Parts: sequence; structure tokens; C-alpha cells
Amino acid sequence: MTRFYLLILSLVITSRVLSNTIRVGSNEKLKTIKQALLLAKSGDTVLVQYGIYREGSLTITKPLTLLGIGFPVLDGENKVENLVISGKDVTIRGFQFRDSRHSSSNDYAAIDIIDATNIRIDNNKIINAHFGIHIANSTYCTVSNNFIKGQAVSEQSAGNGIHIWKSDHATIENNHIQGHRDGIYFEFVTQSVIRKNTSENNIRYGLHFMFSHQDQYIGNIFRNNGTGVAVMYTRNVTMTGNHFEKNWGNSSYGILLKDITDSDLSGNQFTNNTIGIFMEGGNRIKVEKNIFKNNGWAMKIQANCSDNFINYNNFSNNTFDISTNGTMVLSDFSRNYWDKYEGYDINKDGFGDVPYHPVSLYAMVIEQNPSSVILLHSFMVTLLDKAEKAMPVLTPENLVDKQPLMKPIQL
Amino acid sequence: MFKVSRYVFYDIIKNKIILGYTLFLFVVSMSMFRMEDSNKKAILSLLTIILIVIPLVSVVFSTIHYYNSYEFIELLLSQPLSRTRILLSEYAGVCISLLSSFFIGLGIPVMLYAFNPTGLSFLFTGSALTMVFTSLAFWVSVKARDKARGIGTALLLWFYFALIYDGLVLLILFSFSDYPLEKITLLLSALNPLDLGRIFIMLKMDVSALMGYTGALYKDFFGSMSGMLFTSGIMIIWIILPLWLSVRKFKRKDL
Repeated sequence: MTRFYLLILSLVITSRVLSNTIRVGSNEKLKTIKQALLLAKSGDTVLVQYGIYREGSLTITKPLTLLGIGFPVLDGENKVENLVISGKDVTIRGFQFRDSRHSSSNDYAAIDIIDATNIRIDNNKIINAHFGIHIANSTYCTVSNNFIKGQAVSEQSAGNGIHIWKSDHATIENNHIQGHRDGIYFEFVTQSVIRKNTSENNIRYGLHFMFSHQDQYIGNIFRNNGTGVAVMYTRNVTMTGNHFEKNWGNSSYGILLKDITDSDLSGNQFTNNTIGIFMEGGNRIKVEKNIFKNNGWAMKIQANCSDNFINYNNFSNNTFDISTNGTMVLSDFSRNYWDKYEGYDINKDGFGDVPYHPVSLYAMVIEQNPSSVILLHSFMVTLLDKAEKAMPVLTPENLVDKQPLMKPIQL
Repeated sequence: MFKVSRYVFYDIIKNKIILGYTLFLFVVSMSMFRMEDSNKKAILSLLTIILIVIPLVSVVFSTIHYYNSYEFIELLLSQPLSRTRILLSEYAGVCISLLSSFFIGLGIPVMLYAFNPTGLSFLFTGSALTMVFTSLAFWVSVKARDKARGIGTALLLWFYFALIYDGLVLLILFSFSDYPLEKITLLLSALNPLDLGRIFIMLKMDVSALMGYTGALYKDFFGSMSGMLFTSGIMIIWIILPLWLSVRKFKRKDL
């Protein structure tokens, strides 16, 4: 055992000896990061003291560790991309990136990673960038603990917080993103994880997700984004433990699912969204143990969705629980808790004895004629809804919970 | 004038019906706020009360009160008092008693549990509707000499505003769904104090996002100062117009 420890120790020492530390700062020999990057050999560490560095665009192509002490500022002066990385094994930690170049035709970023592998962007601040972090054609990149704040004004002129294109095995963790077009953008990104991020006040989507198979996003908070979260044209996505909050507006969704197959959407919380889940062309999605609270529509599920399992969810305090655009229902809605359920449970097995039809007549009416929503909560509408509940004629007959739960599930 | 109103007010206070009404409102609203886990839901349930019960009680109570105090009015007419003054004092007395039971029964719980813009717009709408429907009731009862006919007409009016009107609006919305109807619906809502009050509260409750384009338009309109003025203005017209008509009729009426 001792021999093993000695071996480890000697390895650590030799690696220490092999990799140098280069210091940069106003009191050091090297004043600019550019010089340090030129001097550095593969595997070196560049330590940067606090200061404001206006050196144009920095490029890293060799394996390096770039560490900032006290968040030194890399100022792009609205002219350049602050940092361009390609190659492999690069770590960037503890910097503040400011004012990168903006453009409405090119995707300029504060940190641009292209054709790279095993890159680590950790604990940085990115302020007023066009794109915060732009990763293209790369593998095994980790973006963690960053604070990214943009000043997006319009959808056309703004960039995304973390933008990843054609990559795999990316990890996006513990970042805080706000004020961009899309908080996190994934296109052709596979086998990646988005975990515990907060994405808020972005003008379009908190998370935008396309053609990105076998990905997971877990425990994120998406709050107050222009249109919520969009997940499109993807299969095998795991979406669990996320919070979708306050995506409130005329075309806002907690989550917009378009052409998603074989996915898992469980344990999430949808609160105060205009539409909690909007599902179009969804197949074999498991929607389980979610909490829907204070939404306008908890779920809008279009008639072209099939074989979805919507079970064990809590629906409370939503204006409309479920709405759909046709009479075709190919999904299972059993065993949910609906706060509007008025049935009874004689045999005390926890399931209501009367089936519950979660689609109200008025939800259907509004679907056909949106302007009739001004009669919402009027006496006549309440009466119509009651009449329809007693004897369903217009609402889809198959959209029914045959075993509605009497009590909310403790989640 | 205030002397007569005071007599009317005291007379009504002695009446058990108004006490029952106050108690009913108080118990219902308190239990709603205690029962529902969120204030928003309680307010929603109370919205039904405001839109159904308050107009109904106002209209029926005022009509019955008018017919019951017919002899008292005749007595007053033998005094040196103008007819306008007598009717307005009657109206003020009934209105004040209904309003005070509204504020005790519903106002106190709302102030306790939901003292916010929604709650305030709630109280505003409730009191406006009380006055509007009392005024409508006076018009009906001055017009109809026969008690049964008067109460019947008053009930019909309530039925029309609470139910039939919305049905007609829905019919219009569906028949002309190919046309832009936002402005028309705005106008239509002004023609029914119940709808106006409901939309006013609804937009305060921020359900406007559900309403798509219509909602955005309404929110812009009702959310602004001019929208507030519009709502109050229309409500005042709804109070004054029937009252004015009833005063005019009352002055010429052969009693």
C-alpha cells in the first residue's frame, strides 16, 4: 500500500515538474496574456492576476490551463471575440469576459470553442456578449458555474447564452444565464447533460433544443423567458426535476414539445405559465409525477400525439387542465389528481369512482374561437361547463381519467 | 333629503333580510378564503357571487322594498317635498344599506385576505354592480304599478344580464368569427355592466395572457388610466341613466 502511495506521489511531483506555471500581471515579468500563451508549452498553467486586459482576440490551440485570480477582465471592446479555443484539454477558470463583438449576421461569441475536445469553462463571468459561449463541432466540453448576462434587445440582433452545435458529451452545469436570446441552445448535440442551471429573462427560449438525441436535462430552473423552453425533433430526452416558472404571455409555454419521441418528462414543476406543456407530434412520452399549478392551460395536447402516458400528476389551480384540438385521443390520462374533480370514492381505494373528463367544454370552444375567451368565468360559461360535465357531447369522449386520484400525490 | 334617506336606512336595517344578506356574504367569503389554498382561487369563486348573487339580491330587494314602502312614499308626497327628492332619498337609503352590507359581508374578508389590486377592483365592481342593479330595480318598479309584474320584470332583467346576454355575445362571436371582433366585443362588454365588471376583474387577475390577441388588446385598454376611466364612466352611466329615467317617470306619474 505504501508503495502505491509513493508511486502516486512521485507521479504528482513529476507532473508538477513537467508543467510550468507562467504568471501574467502588471507586477509580473509578463504583462500580456498573449505573450504568455506564446511562451506556454502543452500542459502549462497560465496564472493571470487581476487587471483589465485589452489584447484583442486571444487564441488557444494547445492544452493549457488558464486561471484568473480575482476575475481579471478580458475586454473585447465590442470589436472582437474575446477568446477562441480549439484543440484539446483546455481549462479556463476565473475570468470576466466583457463586451464581445456584436453582429446581426455572424455568430460572434465571448468564448468561441471550435473543433475541440475536453474543454473546461469553469467559474467565469460573461457580461454583455453577443453569444456567451459558442461551442461547435466539439466533444467532451464542460461548461460549469458561469454567470452569463446579456443585454438582448430584439430577437434578430441577439445571440444565445450557451450555444452548442454538432457536439457530443457536453456537460452544462450550474450556470446562470440571463438576458440573451436563448439561454441555452442545443442543435445536433448528443449524449449531453444540462444540469442545475438557471436560465431566466431571456427574450426567446430559456432552453432551445433541436435534433439533440439521448440528452438529459435535470434540475434546471427556467423562469420568465419570452416563450419558455422548446424541445423539438428529438428522441430519447430525459427531462426531470426541472422548474418551469412564470413563462407568462400571449405565446408563452412552460415547455413546447414538438415531434419528440421516446422521452421522459417526470418530476417537473410547472407554475404560473400560460401553457404548462404544449405537445405536438409527441409519441411515447412519459409524463409522470409533475406538478401543474396556477397555469392558464396545464397541458395542450394536440390530436397528433400518440401513446403518451400522463399519469400521477398533480393538477391544481389551473384555469384549464387539458385542452386539445380534435376528438382523436391516443394517450393515457389515468391516475392523476385533478383539483376540479367532484366525484366520490365509496370503496376508499384512493381512486374516484366516477371518471373525470379533464377537457372542459369551454376549453374546446376557445380552441375553435379564441376571442370567445372574454366570456371566461361568466355564469353562462359555468352553466355550459356543468351541463357538458354531466353529459359529454362535444368534448372528446376518450380523453378521460378513469381512475382519478382523490388526494394529491406527495411529491 | 338626508333625513328621509336616514329613515329609509333605519327601516331597512331593522329588516332581517338585509342582516341575513350580510351574514350570508360574510360566511361565504370567509369560508372561501379559509378553504381554498390560494387567494386567487377564492377570488375566482367569489367572482361568481359578485356576478350572480349581488345583482340578484340588489334587484329583488330594491323592487320589493319599493312596493312595500308605497304607502310611506304616498305619505311623503303629502308633505312639501319635491318628487325628485323623495325618489332619490329612497334610492340613497336602499343603496346605502345594500352597500354597507356588501362592505361588511364581503369587504372585510377581502381586505383581510386579499388586500391587493385584484381585491380592490373586486370591491369596486361589487359596489358599482349594487348601485347599478338598485337603480335598474327602481326604474322597473316606478314603471310597473303591479307588484308581481314589477318583480317579474326585475328578475327578467337580472336573467338577461347574467345569462341571456352572454349567450347572445357567444352567438355573435361564432357567427362572425371570420371578422376581427376585438373592438366589437369591447363595445358589447360596455353594454352589460356584469360583463364589464367581470372583464375588469379578470384583467386585474392577470388571466389576460390566456386571451391571446384579444387579451393583449384588452389589457392595453383596461390596464391604462383611460381604461379605468372608461370602466368607471360606463358604470356611472349605468347607475345614472335608469335612475334618471325613473325620476322622470316618477315626476309625471299619477300615483
